[in-house]
Amino acid sequence: MKQSDWFKLVLVIVVFVIFGAYAVDAFLPQQTLENLPSFMPKKVINLGLDLKGGTHLTLEVETDKAIAGILQQAADNLKKQFDNSKIAYNTVEVNAKKTSIDVTLMDPNDINRALDLIQSNFGNFETKTVNNSIIMTLKPKIALSMQKEAVNQAVGVIRNRIDQFGVAEPTVVTSGSRDIVVELPGISDPERAIKLIGQTAVLELHLVDDSVNVENALNGQLPPDDEVLYQIIKNPTTGEITKVPIVVKKAPVVTGSMIKKANVSFSSQTNQPVVSFELNSQGSQAFAQFTSTHVGKRLAIVLDNTVYSAPVIREPILNGSGEISGDFTVKQAHDLAIVLRSGSLPAPVKVLEKTVIGPTLGKDSIKSATLAIIIGSIAVFLFMVVYYRLFGLLADFALMFNLLIILGTLAMLGATLTLPGIAGMALTVGMSVDTNVLIFERIREELFHGRTPKDAVELGYDRSLITIIDTHITTLITAFILYQFGTETIKGFAITLAIGLIANMFTAITFTKVIYDALFSNKSLKKLSI
Amino acid sequence: MLHIFKPDLKIDFVSKFKWGIFFSLFLIFLGLASLIVKNGFKVGIEFKGGTALILQVKNNLGTGEVRSLLEKSNYFKHMTIENYGNTNGQYLIEIPISKVNNDILNAEIAKAFEKYGPGSYQILKVNVIGPKIGSDFAKKAIIAVVLSLLGILIYIAIRFKFNFAVASVVSLVHDVLITLGFLSLFNYELTLDVIAALLTIVGYSVNDTVIIFDRIREKLRNNPKLSKIDAINMGISETLSRTVITSGTVIVVTLILFLFGGSVLRGMSFALLVGFITGTYSSIFIAPPVLFLFKGPLLPEAKKQEVASEEMFKRSYKIE
Repeated sequence: MKQSDWFKLVLVIVVFVIFGAYAVDAFLPQQTLENLPSFMPKKVINLGLDLKGGTHLTLEVETDKAIAGILQQAADNLKKQFDNSKIAYNTVEVNAKKTSIDVTLMDPNDINRALDLIQSNFGNFETKTVNNSIIMTLKPKIALSMQKEAVNQAVGVIRNRIDQFGVAEPTVVTSGSRDIVVELPGISDPERAIKLIGQTAVLELHLVDDSVNVENALNGQLPPDDEVLYQIIKNPTTGEITKVPIVVKKAPVVTGSMIKKANVSFSSQTNQPVVSFELNSQGSQAFAQFTSTHVGKRLAIVLDNTVYSAPVIREPILNGSGEISGDFTVKQAHDLAIVLRSGSLPAPVKVLEKTVIGPTLGKDSIKSATLAIIIGSIAVFLFMVVYYRLFGLLADFALMFNLLIILGTLAMLGATLTLPGIAGMALTVGMSVDTNVLIFERIREELFHGRTPKDAVELGYDRSLITIIDTHITTLITAFILYQFGTETIKGFAITLAIGLIANMFTAITFTKVIYDALFSNKSLKKLSI
Repeated sequence: MLHIFKPDLKIDFVSKFKWGIFFSLFLIFLGLASLIVKNGFKVGIEFKGGTALILQVKNNLGTGEVRSLLEKSNYFKHMTIENYGNTNGQYLIEIPISKVNNDILNAEIAKAFEKYGPGSYQILKVNVIGPKIGSDFAKKAIIAVVLSLLGILIYIAIRFKFNFAVASVVSLVHDVLITLGFLSLFNYELTLDVIAALLTIVGYSVNDTVIIFDRIREKLRNNPKLSKIDAINMGISETLSRTVITSGTVIVVTLILFLFGGSVLRGMSFALLVGFITGTYSSIFIAPPVLFLFKGPLLPEAKKQEVASEEMFKRSYKIE
């Protein structure tokens, strides 16, 4: 053997050992894995939801609403600053489409002062002046990064909630610019999970403005710093639901971001489950100060713009704790506590797609797909040995080596094996045969043209090489595009196909040739077993 | 040595091309006719939005019985139902509503099956797709197919010449059209898995075509005086045993996947099966004829080589 052949032989052995170790580990039970020596990789191949059952959700973060909130905050802030700088304005408001802040000034001569103030204190905005009004829009780059931030924040919050809910090996990842894909293996109660994940969970405590008549407020006579919210009350005997309007001060006393702890407890009066919460030091201070000056007034506990209760402040609350009562079941109270502990979502989320796969479908699928692969492989193996004899046997080993590399790579990447992934593997078996047949047919042709066995083999491998590269690259192009545009399941198919194609170039071109060389290169063969 | 074809086999394929083209046009026409009669594709809810559920039912209830049980519920007013795969008692039910609460859905189904008891059915899978994500999927699928065709066109144009690239893409479009036609003929739904299968077909079929083109190119390089007809006939004939053996094995593997792979993979493996067969056929009877549409030599005139290429091979391998 030549020196370069020795190098290839070593390469084949190294590849075999590394990928073999990963592939074997991937199928060992957890207990056996723990007892393995530390140099083993000990990575398992995760099964996709289609194989083990569970809930798959695609959520869209309504980032427009996050942006709208940011604009509203900026507008409120700007009003204060205008007041401080004595700039008189007619309006400072977010436009109807929630894309800009429109400012109209009383005195057109103030426009330059106003612009200076905006430029120095609101660096995230671009301004455009029309007559004596200013239109402020977020800089596109800033808006984009805010959207991204909102999606990332939402992923963090959702992951936190799921972890506290107690799901083994959940997946929460972003997909596209504002979608989030959530996979919950083995969850059988999807609606509860969706509610838990999708609740915006903005908790705020507002002072109830009893000085305003509710009837008048509903007819439009609402003081500018008040708003009308609704409390949903269920009649305990008839189950009838009524919406009761309550007028509250717009500015919250305490917000959910100040919550330190939230737990389920039971009300001492009704014995109903309630969620008790505890504020952090900043929150307790504000709460203590507020409650001591507002004894006798009512405080509305508002979650996602709905009033849960509006108890009267009987005495100053100094320890920063409170409770939310509603018509909760224990489960609902438990989930609400989780949601409050893990913080609110930066923007509401919408469910775009949900799939619930029962565990039996997955088991059936594994069984039949595995059966199909085994039958297919046996048929192919037998054919190769019968038709190409010794070379056929070599090709069979190459095939097994190929599967080993695919499984090893999947384990290495921590990839998930899905049903289409298994189909991709079955297809790789086919492609792998193709490559070997191409080479062997070429060798046979060269033999037919009267070459010696040794030359025929050399020429066969060499002349097929260019074709093999062309065919593999074209198929890789489609695999790559599949991966780019596919959904999660199709990605699984594309990944196994791509790994299989690359592995195949190695096993069919290098592996079989090296083994052949190792066995026969020093002998002068009269006949080839092909 | 076992042989399927004699090693020096030469078949005059070129003279038979017209029959192949007629046959293909007939198949494509058949598919189109089926599409027109059936008023377009059966599109999976992935593309149009809605809810699909797979139900396993006991007591040998037929499609009609399950339908009449469920139809009493408002949820299932506009449902479609069919056997799922070929598994007994498994049904695929689709409703055009995408605002579905699983708890209510479960309760409605439980009510429908009340008289058979709670153990009489099992919900294997529920899939709810919003209308927006559905149209997203459709857009992505079309982009993916077009882009992969484009990628292949460019790659082959670089590796060979533009005429070969056009010929490959024509045969790929042919394969996709026939596969789509068969999916419609045999009432398969267009789902994401089937789209993945179409892309795989594109990848596989181009593989077959490239192998034949490679051989045509090699023939022309070794003997630049070879006529177009001879080069194409030799290219196809010499690779014929490879074509039959590999296509045979791939088709057998897919057939096994189709028969034993379970109901989930049925649509995908059907598309693969049809696509692989047409892919093999088109690389012989569709792609090469397209080459005749281009005037002038098949390949750019080779640079004058000092020695014939056969001679170069002999030298580089020290063959006597």
